[in-house]
Amino acid sequence: MNDPVVAKRPARSGASGAERGVAAAPTASEAPIPPTPEAPETAKAPHVRPGDRIFRGLATGSGVFIVVLIGAIGLFLILQAIPSLGLDNVNFLTSREWNTTDPANLRFGILDLTLVTVVVALVALLIAMPIALGIALFLTQYAPRNLARPFAYVIDLLAAVPSIVFGLWGLFVLGPVLYPFSEWLIENLGWFPLFAKGNVNVQLGGTVFTAGIVVAVMILPIITAVSREVFERTPTMHVEGAIALGATKWEVVRTTVLPFGKAGYVSASMLGLGRALGETIAVAIILSTATASFGWSLFDGGSTFASKIALAAPEFNDPRSAGAYIAAGLVLFVLTFVVNAIARSIVAGHKEYE
Amino acid sequence: MSTNLADPTRLATPPTFQSVSLSRRIKNGLATGLVWGAFLIAIIPLVWVLYTVLQRGFPVILDGDWWQKSMSGLLARQQGGGAYHAIYGTLVQGLVCAVISVPIGIMVAIYLVEYGGRSRLAKSTTFMVDILTGVPSIVAALFVYTVWITYFGLGRSALAVSLALVLLMVPVIVRTTEEMLKIVPDELREASYALGIPKWKTIVKIVIPTALSGILTGIMLALARVMGETAPVLVLAAYAPFINYNLFDGPMASLPLMMVNERNNPTQAGFERIWGAAITLVVLITLFNLLATVISRALAPKTK
Repeated sequence: MNDPVVAKRPARSGASGAERGVAAAPTASEAPIPPTPEAPETAKAPHVRPGDRIFRGLATGSGVFIVVLIGAIGLFLILQAIPSLGLDNVNFLTSREWNTTDPANLRFGILDLTLVTVVVALVALLIAMPIALGIALFLTQYAPRNLARPFAYVIDLLAAVPSIVFGLWGLFVLGPVLYPFSEWLIENLGWFPLFAKGNVNVQLGGTVFTAGIVVAVMILPIITAVSREVFERTPTMHVEGAIALGATKWEVVRTTVLPFGKAGYVSASMLGLGRALGETIAVAIILSTATASFGWSLFDGGSTFASKIALAAPEFNDPRSAGAYIAAGLVLFVLTFVVNAIARSIVAGHKEYE
Repeated sequence: MSTNLADPTRLATPPTFQSVSLSRRIKNGLATGLVWGAFLIAIIPLVWVLYTVLQRGFPVILDGDWWQKSMSGLLARQQGGGAYHAIYGTLVQGLVCAVISVPIGIMVAIYLVEYGGRSRLAKSTTFMVDILTGVPSIVAALFVYTVWITYFGLGRSALAVSLALVLLMVPVIVRTTEEMLKIVPDELREASYALGIPKWKTIVKIVIPTALSGILTGIMLALARVMGETAPVLVLAAYAPFINYNLFDGPMASLPLMMVNERNNPTQAGFERIWGAAITLVVLITLFNLLATVISRALAPKTK
């Protein structure tokens, strides 16, 4: 905009002109009228057409709107949560209790919710990460060229299935199938806290274990898609260099693709973690609610932040008890915000992925 | 000597390259097997879920009533009825959401590609779009709940659901539109500027039409995604077993809400309604995905 040469032209290439420095340079020499640097800012005003000004304003306004929106989400949740937090009769961060039926005596703490949310997400991530890595390598390096696209489409189809369908499938179909396996784990490895007998009936399948597997399936496509994009950008020179040295296919992958794509893969997994933390309805359907608190077993039930809010949502009637859930939602928002921001900053630090 | 001449594949000198050692070959084979295995493992749940939905839901949707009637006046254990009310709700909430999200999403993308450049605002917008992509649907629903219901004192309605869906749809549209606008060649823009056409008209008449097929595909895919969202309808709309055409007031059904609601119904009729609604939702989403493919084929810029 401050470039007088550009400003003279009716088209006003504007900011995007910076990206095409090559094209802009020759026009400077061809410009029939030499730029007049002494022309004051106001003299240029007639050259800006009203349509341009309005359109620019609209576009910029939309950009500002997005930034404001995120701020508003945080602000409104905080404003709604604060009064209820003030009325909370137990410690919000360290209590395992959650009782909001009496708005005059609110007792809610998020320790149990946090633990269940994090454990479900970690189980999902632990299952999904190696499989997604395998799929991403398969699609970029191993699959036959003409089949790679259809195969990638099949993986993306997983993302098209609504999460409620995954939830119903997890509870009614996968749960019963997993039951004998869960039973076996509890009987033989029950001494290990993770596989101890949990606080819900394993036969119903509403355990952290089932939920973790279903969420793993749901975050596979996002991890795969992002890792695939990064792996595809491995410089051909590196790959060909490795081949020229006599590396086998696996050695090519291990010495070129993996080191190049490692940061991207970690970032993809963080994005998957963000999704897993916020996954709502599938987890709400699968997890059985438990009366006893979470005991670090995969066969415990309980609630995550999202499932707790979703199940209670139809009964939001008192702003004070609704505020308790909004406080939980705020914690979830902050959690996913941090995880996503870390994921993005990992990729932002690697210029070669551009 | 004579045998040597008869065998043309035999090398004149011993080979320079050693054969690959056994351990390296085993490792290579193992890696190949694992990578193929990972892909096959991922296929299992997809096929399994789709099979479950088809097997349990298909008989239900064969009935013509399913597509034309609501659940109005039916008892929980009574079979029959249809999902018309829920299909209407899902489509109309999705469409209203699209009507709001599409202009916002496209304008944000235009800002990022055509105006923003490397300014600080453009950078923070990109970052915020990324963050918005990761906002859980339940948080979006809670946000609309606090603004719409607590602050403005308005009731639960289909419109509130659409507003929550906007938060989930906008980042998807921004991302796809941005990608599409970026690949529009600069020569087209410059040719337009050279004819004295203002920048905004160049964007509207040249840049957008060139990228249109990709943008529409992105919109269809985003629409398919938000239609399956359950958390917002759960928080912001009440279920109605009858047809409600009013966006602004009263309970309105949608397919996910119908499934959640019928989960409390232990009868055979409830079972049929759950899986009938599930397959209907999957069919709708598939239709929108197909539509996306058709649009991208039909409107793709002619390259000749």
